[in-house]
Order: sequence, then structure tokens, then C-alpha cells
Amino acid sequence: MKDMIPVDRKMSTMQDSKISARGVQVYYGETHAIKDVSVEIADNTVTAFIGPSGCGKSTFLRCINRMNDTIDTARVMGDILIDGEDIYDPRVDPVQLRAKVGMVFQKPNPFPKSIYDNVAYGPKIHGLARNKADLDEIVEKSLRKAALWEEAKDRLDKPGTGLSGGQQQRLCIARAIATAPEVLLMDEPCSALDPIATAQVEELIDELRQSYSVVIVTHSMQQAARVSQKTAFFHLGNLVEYDDTDKIFTNPQDPRTESYISGRIG
Amino acid sequence: MSNTLILLIVLVIGVLGFFAGRARAMAAAGGDRRNLHSLPNYYGANTALNAIVPAGIALAVWLIVQPFVINNTVSGMIDQEAIAEGSSLGLIMSDVRRVAEGLDVAVAEGAMTEETAADMRTEFTDVRERLAEVGVALGSGVTSETLQAAQRYREMAWTGNWLKTLVVIAISIGGLALTWRLITRDYRARNVVEKGVLSVLILAASIAILTTVGIVFSLIFNTYEFFKLYPAADFFFGLNWSPSFSGRGQSSQLGILPLLWGTLYISLIALLVAVPIGLFSAIYLSEYASKSVRAIAKPMLEVLAGIPTIVYGLFALLTVGPLLVGVFGEGGALGVTWMSGGTAVMTAGLVMGMMLIPFVSSLSDDIINAVPQAMRDGSLGLGATHSETVRKVILPAALPGIVGAILLAASRAIGETMIVVLGAGAAARLSLNPFDAMTTVTAKIVSQLTGDSDFSSPVALVAFALGISLFVVTLGLNIFALYIVRKYREQYE
Ligand SMILES: Nc1ncnc2c1ncn2[C@@H]1O[C@H](COP(=O)(O)OP(=O)(O)O)[C@@H](O)[C@H]1O
Ligand SMILES: [Mg+2]
Repeated sequence: MKDMIPVDRKMSTMQDSKISARGVQVYYGETHAIKDVSVEIADNTVTAFIGPSGCGKSTFLRCINRMNDTIDTARVMGDILIDGEDIYDPRVDPVQLRAKVGMVFQKPNPFPKSIYDNVAYGPKIHGLARNKADLDEIVEKSLRKAALWEEAKDRLDKPGTGLSGGQQQRLCIARAIATAPEVLLMDEPCSALDPIATAQVEELIDELRQSYSVVIVTHSMQQAARVSQKTAFFHLGNLVEYDDTDKIFTNPQDPRTESYISGRIG
Repeated sequence: MSNTLILLIVLVIGVLGFFAGRARAMAAAGGDRRNLHSLPNYYGANTALNAIVPAGIALAVWLIVQPFVINNTVSGMIDQEAIAEGSSLGLIMSDVRRVAEGLDVAVAEGAMTEETAADMRTEFTDVRERLAEVGVALGSGVTSETLQAAQRYREMAWTGNWLKTLVVIAISIGGLALTWRLITRDYRARNVVEKGVLSVLILAASIAILTTVGIVFSLIFNTYEFFKLYPAADFFFGLNWSPSFSGRGQSSQLGILPLLWGTLYISLIALLVAVPIGLFSAIYLSEYASKSVRAIAKPMLEVLAGIPTIVYGLFALLTVGPLLVGVFGEGGALGVTWMSGGTAVMTAGLVMGMMLIPFVSSLSDDIINAVPQAMRDGSLGLGATHSETVRKVILPAALPGIVGAILLAASRAIGETMIVVLGAGAAARLSLNPFDAMTTVTAKIVSQLTGDSDFSSPVALVAFALGISLFVVTLGLNIFALYIVRKYREQYE
């Protein structure tokens, strides 16, 4: 992972842009799911993807950590650069990339292992800890960052599946943080949670912004307005509008954005 | 009237009941089915059920009770003192029944009239000769007492049969009429039919359970008989198996340990073959194989599962055995003399393992497929490779199911017979050499019962003791499998 990005290739022009996508197209067999999307995503920002369901938000998100590689029919074209490095370059190992670009899924999916082992999973695979004490530290730090430490510290050896839905989702966030990613992708992370758990996770997302570039897919416009600084509106595979969240919600430029935000496209 | 005919009549009444009930319901609703509580067919079905089921039950009960009643009455006619030396009431009664049947045949063939049959006296007619004319052979001459008993028997059977016919048909019609009268537009025929369906299901379940209980009891009973003839301690702890069929079992040594050892040894080898191969092929098929490979490979594996075990047995005997001798036998490729004949633990174990591969793999395949995709995504999303994901997430999640599958495979291995008979030989032996011929519990059960020894001798009865021991082992294994599965489930869910 450390040697993934040769320092000399880092382009100074991309300084404030963590991820830049250029002319991305995605096909599932014959289905054209993403049509020529270009976007620049900044570091230390929460970027929200909104849009009606089926418009390609998840598909585009999964391009950023090459999870689409695991789907046989999916074909991705165009360039996606992280820190100026093309992640679809043949020299890039998608497996290593995914450690650097963490992902949190719609439904909390802790492994059927203890809380500790859930968080330690990534560090163990990637050899991030020299010894047990190191690993303990990583686990504690990740759980603290995910605001789960206080609730979980006395039951680290209990199965992660025994936690409540909101706790499980925070565990999945801790698990993603533990591999020391630079980008966190979240695909509707709150859609399976109740309002209180949602509020906790949203608060957490805001804190995560300090250390990561966070991209969150959401179908709730209120959520996008609450947590994000930038918002991208997708419609039928096109990126219709991308701007500061305030602007998108108060003064959308495109009529389609306007009608989606006012609830006319569903 | 014959029972089939009665049943047929009852069924016809039932069908009539169906239409009658339906029609009455429709009439009660004024021809509009929306006014009814239930669909019209439910009223019909309800009427039909009430016409058929009670009558059917009455018929069944009658068929059981009537012979008892007749037997008791008729045997009361026979003078206890008249029973000859060496005979018994049971023998005389079977004579009586035979004569009665003979008379029936004679009447049916027109060789005598109903009156002759009923009034015949031994003083005037040679009954044995008359019956022989119509092809009913009797062992001895018929005494006057037997003939009279037989005539009484026929008389009672005749009356009984007519009563039966009348009663059953009356119940059937009664059931129909009663239900028919009850039908109004609010009558809840649907709920009644629901109860009927429920009782059919309960009946089916209890038949299954009672059969199991019956089998277990017959095993226990015969095992008890065996232990009366042969000491249990010698059976369970004896190190020798050498039944002697000639000496009425007196000099037999019937120790289960060599057989149990053979069973476990062969099963172990079979599992050592089947579990890794089956599991790995399941992982390949469910995780890595493309759709087209899967479409071909899965059915092929299932074909393997459909091969009768006797074919595997032949394969062991004719192919695998000689092949192994060619390697491990005298003058073989390795220059060792571990194996003296084609039949050996190794032969049977290998072939049994092949038989179990599809079993293990298709069960594991289902279990691995049942692990949610979210688990795979979660692991891949953290930068794990595919095989790390399989090893660290999918297999642990699927473990309880896989352990269950392995234990089920073990049960099958332990119960397998044909491959052992043909592949492992017939010699009971306690040995560690996997190239020795040995035999198993199941193979011995077969050979104990297929000889022409008396069923009440220990050498035959031992089969039941072997059977129940095997049953206990497999039952224990299954309970253990359930325990493991449940334990993990509690941990993960
Ligand atoms: N695995 C897949 N195979 C084929 N088509 C897919 C697959 N995943 C998504 N699609 C299609 O791609 C389009 C975009 O889907 P998705 O990205 O999941 O939308 P969103 O997340 O915005 O609801 C949809 O039309 C969907 O049917
Ligand atoms: Mg989606």
C-alpha cells in the first residue's frame, strides 16, 4: 500500500482534490449505469451523492474502491484518480486499494466474530500491527473514533452480531477505520437504522471529516443537508449537478435538481 | 359384501354428499356465493368428509373387532378336554377357520348349496372328501365338533358382514344427512375443513413417529432375547468375533469390538478422503467457478451422488482393490508386502470416500451459498483477497453447517454396507494396518441373517444387538452434530 503511489507522480495541480473522476462510464452487460461522470472530491470534506433510486449512486461509489471488479458483468471506463494516481492503472492492486479506500455498507454487516476480531480483521490481513499490544491499540483507537469504545470496551470478546443495529453500523465504521484508510465510502449507512442511531452515526460522520475524505450516498435530502459540505445530484446515470451543499439546496441550477429537491422526482 | 365394495359405496356417497352440500349452500345463499361464509366447495368438501371419514373409521374398527368376537365365541364351543395330546386350542381354531373357508369355496363354486353347508353333519357326509373335490385340502378328518364350530363360524361371519355393511353405510348416510342439515349461509365450513386437514397431517406425522418407535422397540425386544442367551459383557467387551453356526451358537464368540473398530477405521479413511475434497470442490463451485462451469459441474457431482452403492462396491472389488495390491502388495510398485489381497480397509475406505464426496460437497455448497453476500462485500471492502475472505469470514460463518454436514457424512459412512461387503472383506479383525481385510457392523448383520441359521439362536439374534449398537452410535453422532450447530448458532446470531 505504501508503495502504491510513487511520490514523484503526485500532481501539484490536484492538491485540493483527493479524488478526481474523469469521463467515467459504467456498463452492467448492456445496461449503461453511469454516463460520462466527472467529479472532483476534496479532502477533509463530506461529499453527499443524492438522487432517485437506481440512478447509479452506489455504482459510482463502488468505482472508487473498485468493488465493481467483483461483479462479473460490470465494465468501468474513464479515469479515477486518488491523489493523482489512476486507480484503474494495471499496476494498482485493487485489494490494496480497498484498504486505503474504506467502505461502509447499507446494512450493517459485522462478521460473525467477536467485536475485537471484527476491528482487528483489516489490520491483521494487512500486517499493520507489529505485536498484540499494537493491535490492541489500533482496535481501541478505531473504536474510540467510531464512538463505540465506551459501549464496547467491556464486551470486546462478545460477538459483533450481538450489538444493536446502530452499534453494529458504528462497529463497521470502526472496522473500516482500522485499516487506516484515506477515503471512507458510505452507501446509505443509516437506511437500516432508527432515528436515534442515525443521529449518532451522522454526528460521527461529521467528526470523521477531520481525518478522511468522506463520500456518503443517501436517499435522505435532510441527511445530505445535515452532514455534507458538497452534494452531487445523480439522475438516470448522469451527474446533473455538483456544488456546495448549501447552494444545491437553496439555489439549484438545473431544473431536474430543483424538482428532485422539492420532491417532484422520486 | 366385500370390503372394497363397501368402501366404494361410501366413496360414492361422499361424492354425492359433495354435490348435495354444495347445492344446499348455494340454495341457502340464494344462488349468490358472496352471501356464504365459506366458498361453496368447502360446504361440499365438508359434507363429503363427514360422509366418508366416520364411516371409514367404523369400517376399520369393525374389521379389527369382528374376528376377535367370532374367535372368542367359537372357541368357547370347543370342549377343553377334547383337545388331543400335542394339540392346542390355537391349532384347532385354525382347523375350524380352514374348514369354514373350505365351505365358503364349495358354496361359491356351486358344489353344495348354502343349506347343505350349514346343515351338514359328519355322521352323514365325509366333509374332507367333499372339500377335496373343490380343491380345499384338509390335513386330517373333520370331527363333528370342528365342523359345528366351523358352521357357527360361517354363520357369525355372515351375520357380521351384513351388519358391517349396514352399519357402515348407515353411518355414511347419517354423516351426510347431518352435515347437510347443518348447512346455512353462516355455517363455517371452511373452518371445519381446516380441522379435517389438520387431523390428516397429524395422522401422517404420528404414523412416521409410531413406525420409528416400533422399529426401536423390536430392536430392543430382540436384543433382550439375545442377551438372555449370550452375556452382554462378552458382547460389548469381547475382542473376538467367531460365530459358530453349527454348535447352536454355544461355542460362538460374539464380541462387537472388532466390528466396531472396522466400522470406525473405514469411516475415518472415508472421511479423510471425502471431507477435504468435498469441501474444496464446494468452495470452488460456490465462490470461484463461473456460471458456465457451475452449470456443468454441479449436475455431474449430483450424478455421482445418484450411483447405487453396489456399483461403488463393484468398483472397489474390481478396480481399486487390484490397483492397491499393485502398489502395496507383494511384487508391487513399492516392493512392500503390506497388502495380501484386494479387499482391505483402505479399498473400502477410499471408495466410500468417493461416494461421500458429492454428499459433503453439495451440502457444503448450499451452506456456503447461504452466507450473506454482505459478508463477502464487507471483507473484500476491507482489502481482503478472495481466499482470505473464504478462509477468515465465509468458512467460519458456515462452520456449524459444515460440521453438521461432516457428521451426517459420518453417519452415512458408518451405516454403509454394500461397499464394505465387497471392498473390505469378511474377516473380523483388530488391526492397525489399513491394508488388512476387516469387516464392519453392518456387513456382519447381513451375514448373520442371510445364513440358514435358526432365528432364535444367538448367532442370528446378535444381529439385533449389533443393529441397536449401531443405532446408538449414529444417534449419538446426530445429537452431537445438533449440539455443535446450536452452540455456534447461539454465538453468532
Ligand atoms: N450487479 C448489477 N448487475 C446489473 N445491473 C445492476 C447491478 N447493480 C446495479 N445495476 C443497475 O445499475 C443501475 C444503477 O444502480 P445503483 O447504482 O444500485 O443505483 P442507486 O444506488 O442509485 O439506487 C440500476 O439500473 C441497476 O438496475
Ligand atoms: Mg444504492
